[in-house]
Amino acid sequence: MSQLLFFNVFNGLIVGAFYALMALGLSLILNLSGVINFAHGGFLAIGAYLAYTLMPYVGFWGALVVAPVLTAAIGLLVERVLIRRLYGRDPLYSLLLTFGLAYVFEDGTRYIWGAQSLPYPIPSWLTTPLSTEYFFLTGYRLFMVALVGIAVGALFYILNRTRLGMRIRAGTLDLETVSVLGVNVRILRNLNFGLGIYLAGLAGVLAAGMLGLQPTIGTSLIMPSFVAIIVGGLGSLTGTLLGGLLIGVASGITTVFFPSATEAVIYVMMGAVLLIRPRGLLGEEGRTQ
Amino acid sequence: MNGINKQTANALIWLMLLTMPYWMGAIGGYTELGSRVIVLGLAAMALNFLLGFTGVLSFGHAAYFGLGAYGTAMTIKYLVPSTPLAILVGVIVGTIAAAIIGALIVKRRGTYFAMVTIAFGQVFYFVAFRWNEVTGGDDGLTGWTRQALHLGFANIDILGNDKAFYYLALAVFAVAVGIMALLLRSPFGRTLIAIRENEQRARFLGIAVEQHIWLAFVISCLFASLAGALYALLNNFTDPRALRWDLSGNFVIMAVLGGMRSFWGPLVGAAIFVVLQDYVSSHTENWMSFIGMFFVLVVLFFPRGVLGIIKRKVAQ
Repeated sequence: MSQLLFFNVFNGLIVGAFYALMALGLSLILNLSGVINFAHGGFLAIGAYLAYTLMPYVGFWGALVVAPVLTAAIGLLVERVLIRRLYGRDPLYSLLLTFGLAYVFEDGTRYIWGAQSLPYPIPSWLTTPLSTEYFFLTGYRLFMVALVGIAVGALFYILNRTRLGMRIRAGTLDLETVSVLGVNVRILRNLNFGLGIYLAGLAGVLAAGMLGLQPTIGTSLIMPSFVAIIVGGLGSLTGTLLGGLLIGVASGITTVFFPSATEAVIYVMMGAVLLIRPRGLLGEEGRTQ
Repeated sequence: MNGINKQTANALIWLMLLTMPYWMGAIGGYTELGSRVIVLGLAAMALNFLLGFTGVLSFGHAAYFGLGAYGTAMTIKYLVPSTPLAILVGVIVGTIAAAIIGALIVKRRGTYFAMVTIAFGQVFYFVAFRWNEVTGGDDGLTGWTRQALHLGFANIDILGNDKAFYYLALAVFAVAVGIMALLLRSPFGRTLIAIRENEQRARFLGIAVEQHIWLAFVISCLFASLAGALYALLNNFTDPRALRWDLSGNFVIMAVLGGMRSFWGPLVGAAIFVVLQDYVSSHTENWMSFIGMFFVLVVLFFPRGVLGIIKRKVAQ
């Protein structure tokens, strides 16, 4: 029993790392631009399928590097052409627009790559089980956790140590002042959006290796990301990271005791957080907007 | 619009609704499509009570719509074969859920409120999806049908007769819409509009903003679950898709498309959306792309909605 529990806690951490990666991208965009990017899951799927298409030409590692960058480029374009027009309007409109985009992306990937699920080949040395003695663990899962760790580390480095990151953080607090100080806010928001989408693309490539490819891959992962943000607290990226890991572990543990509630448990957690600590675990005081 | 114009418009809308089954066929529709317009129109108008008139962005109304549908379906299947009782149970289930969740989220605003409603909307979806023995899981709840109405003086067969069901739905719709109109005209409704226009000022005037928003949320969800109950009866079937987030999004687009600031807007939006979806999905497999593109176009070019544009033209 305790072995099974340990295994599922670990498994939950992996899944949680994944939710966190996706939620961090969502959170970045939400904090700076006030846009709930419903199409985030669609971008994730694009990243996954692009990697699948590119792999025969550039190999596994090449796809891992190139696909998220291409996804981010698409993100930059979408922001530039569509989403930029909606800043300053009721958040309802950007939500509806990205909601429509989510439909288009899901259907588009189905149209281009087919509705049936496709296997995503990964190097054989990553698929061999490292341990079957206590529990089943493939190298790919460890590799995934390591990569998510690197990505999150890099993100926090960018935000805390670079000029761009400093501007993004400042803009989150007071965009008007940042603009008055001579920063081009349009470009800032554009780059920030691209950064968020890059994380979605990366999550997509990693998810493809774990779950295989199917057009609904993104839509099934976006809801837990919302929950991760709310549990962690709006406005705090550390909170989002923590929230993602927590709900991952919670659903991992629930799998052991009450498997049919695996998905529902994270919403129960969200309810509990809203009841006990309405601003979320690390959310800023008074930030309810 | 002046008073006379408004009355003419109202009379025109009711006239169209009352005669719909008789001209639907002539323009290529069918009675069931008319019923769907009524039912989804009611859901969109219920949402708009909150969205357009209280200014609160809820993106999870499918949850209460779906609870109404499941409450109704399960009552007929497992408890009593009575249509009115089933509707009542469906509405009660949806409203209680709304009262509880509403209390948890009432302090959130704007994007935060939207996110929390989206996320909470999914709980019931997963319950319906996973609880196979009771809800039928992904295949949905079948093996039941709407029951004939037994009034004191007559029996009305709403199962075999599409038109009879249409008029039942219309009667329920009329009562619900009438209550919403009365509420919006009452001091309570005016207070909601005041909160929409300037929450801070409303608060300074001593209005209990949270309680008002909570009540508006519950009323809105009550009518949404009523619409869900009718939806289950219309299809003699319900499945987890009646609870899912994409339906919530469809309700919002109906409200925006028709005009959030006008009372009848969501009904107009629902009519356009239902007919469009029916047409597109019977002509192409890629209907999702078309609906998605439609969302984008509405947001970019018709943010005021059909009635919003008409109102503006009339005002000029």
